[in-house]
Amino acid sequence: MFDAIAKGFRQAKNRLAGLTELTEQNIETALREVRLSLLEADVELGVVKVFLARVKEKALGEVVRVRAKGQGGETMKVSAADQFVKICHDEIIEFMTGEGPALTFAEKGITGIMMVGLQGSGKTTSSAKLARYLQKDGKKPLLVAADMQRPAAVEQLQVLGKSVDIPVFNIPGESPVAICEKAEAEAKRLGRDVIIYDTAGRLAIDEALMQELADIKTKVEPENILLVVDAMIGQDAVKVSKGFHDRLSLTGVVLTKLDGDARGGAAMSVKEVTGAAVRFAGIGEGTDKFEEFRPEGMASRVLGM
Amino acid sequence: TGKKEIDPAILEQMEEVMLTSDVGVKTTQAILERLREGMAKNELSDADAVWAALRAEATRILSIGGPRPAKEKPLVVLMVGVNGVGKTTTIGKLATKWSADGKKVVLAAGDTFRAAAVQQLEVWGKRVGAEVVKGKEGADPGAVAFEATKKANEAGADVLLVDTAGRLHTKVNLMEEIKKVKRTIAKAMDGAPHETLLVLDATTGQNALTQAALFKEALELNGLILTKLDGTAKGGVVLGVCDELKVPVRYIGLGERAEDLREFVAADFVEALFGKDDGEAEAA
Ligand SMILES: Nc1nc2c(ncn2[C@@H]2O[C@H](COP(=O)(O)OP(=O)(O)OP(=O)(O)O)[C@@H](O)[C@H]2O)c(=O)[nH]1
Ligand SMILES: Nc1nc2c(ncn2[C@@H]2O[C@H](COP(=O)(O)OP(=O)(O)OP(=O)(O)O)[C@@H](O)[C@H]2O)c(=O)[nH]1
Ligand SMILES: [K+]
Ligand SMILES: [Mg+2]
Ligand SMILES: [Mg+2]
Repeated sequence: MFDAIAKGFRQAKNRLAGLTELTEQNIETALREVRLSLLEADVELGVVKVFLARVKEKALGEVVRVRAKGQGGETMKVSAADQFVKICHDEIIEFMTGEGPALTFAEKGITGIMMVGLQGSGKTTSSAKLARYLQKDGKKPLLVAADMQRPAAVEQLQVLGKSVDIPVFNIPGESPVAICEKAEAEAKRLGRDVIIYDTAGRLAIDEALMQELADIKTKVEPENILLVVDAMIGQDAVKVSKGFHDRLSLTGVVLTKLDGDARGGAAMSVKEVTGAAVRFAGIGEGTDKFEEFRPEGMASRVLGM
Repeated sequence: TGKKEIDPAILEQMEEVMLTSDVGVKTTQAILERLREGMAKNELSDADAVWAALRAEATRILSIGGPRPAKEKPLVVLMVGVNGVGKTTTIGKLATKWSADGKKVVLAAGDTFRAAAVQQLEVWGKRVGAEVVKGKEGADPGAVAFEATKKANEAGADVLLVDTAGRLHTKVNLMEEIKKVKRTIAKAMDGAPHETLLVLDATTGQNALTQAALFKEALELNGLILTKLDGTAKGGVVLGVCDELKVPVRYIGLGERAEDLREFVAADFVEALFGKDDGEAEAA
């Protein structure tokens, strides 16, 4: 059964092994194997196509470059397989790497971070993790429980907040928009400098709930809007991230549940369609299981190497 | 409308529909191979026939029979799955459905780990009017399940639904823990749990195959529940899961409310994947 998880990338490498030169033909064969591998890693089909086109262009460029060098009398030091692997690897890293810092902080006053995403993706857990992470960095976060929908969502954040010793703000019976709006005064009162808004899970096609997020955004003008994405997500990653991005202009992504064996191709899909890169990785249920995302490590994982 | 010529591009179109619905490379190739054989034997005369054959093949894969428990009292159902897929919500939905059928339902708060998981189940218990058996904070989940099985028995309940903490199938200690929960339930009542159901999230891609394989290996699953089909995800990965593991899909989740649960109907699911029987396939 586990053979089903295609070792396509390794196969692509094997097909090129021993060959000293990249050629138009062996590139085509290798690309077909990479296509399979990326699909098994849940990279979205359209994104796979874009990726393959870019790799092909680079690999063909390499063919030309090496030929030109060859005529100059230089000898090849790397095999075709190594060359091809490097091109793919570098291209994936480029695909996933974001510009600038992971978070933007307000020049003066309080920094806002809105956490949004599908149901069950890990928003509440990641809110607490991020708060803890920022606290370690000398910041004074306030957590805002703005999910008034899912049973015991507020209690969940309160338990998590208590465990990391960070205050949690909520107003029972109030609307999420009103709660978020009133959080800033509370943050000032408590002397906090970052507000993390935990919102309810929702589908990107749920017009009423997407409007609610847009309203929260308008009211609190957060510096950061992070889409929380489950690393196990499949082809839907593109529709979901596009849906959220179109309404909210995402600034970054948190990829959760990377402690499992999902290959996490969504990291490529989401960045490609929104321009927002994965900035943080969730690697367990505990509030300390959180780290800055490293595209280098992820590239090998997506490729199945 | 007249008969159409078979366009060789039709298989490519089908491949695209399947891959973008998370059917996965392996299952997609296997299905296309079976269709190609049909075309070679000239059994499939036009495009409509090829699409019909695709639907028939998918329906066949998803139509897994097998016995269903009938008269156990209480019927003990153990709900398992990875984090955040919808286990607790689905328990709330099933409790609602069975209560409406006049059954006495008891819930077991077997997720003693996640923050406020017990409170979440208690909200559902209140909504439904079902008793929730819970342990102390951080209690052993096996002990809670044991206690609940005993209580449900004594109370003459018709159904006991056991909630469990989300766990990734790759975590050996957590998989051992859930095996132990199952064994403990059996000690409280012979033959229980009668149903061990794995919840899969329709937005999940190829990882669902490994989830199902490892949970089946650990627990011998009776069925699957596919949640979150109300979104844009198609849940096509269950084709591969059903093809390889022969575990039937029992229910689908179509939202967050108590009434957003349906019995799984293979033909309807296939229609959502590949479009209706008449006319073109419009799935995408
Ligand atoms: N293994 C693992 N589990 C995680 C991770 N992040 C979150 N979880 C778990 O995933 C489940 C869902 O997490 P939540 O934080 O409740 O997700 P959410 O997006 O707030 O869910 P809703 O509010 O219901 O939409 C919980 O069981 C978490 O413990 C992670 O990085 N690894
Ligand atoms: N749209 C939609 N959301 C759902 C569905 N089923 C569950 N959810 C939502 O998904 C989120 C997670 O559901 P839970 O029932 O808490 O999932 P769980 O598997 O018990 O999560 P853990 O116990 O943390 O592992 C919640 O926000 C639910 O409301 C469904 O069919 N459709
Ligand atoms: K759907
Ligand atoms: Mg939440
Ligand atoms: Mg739960």
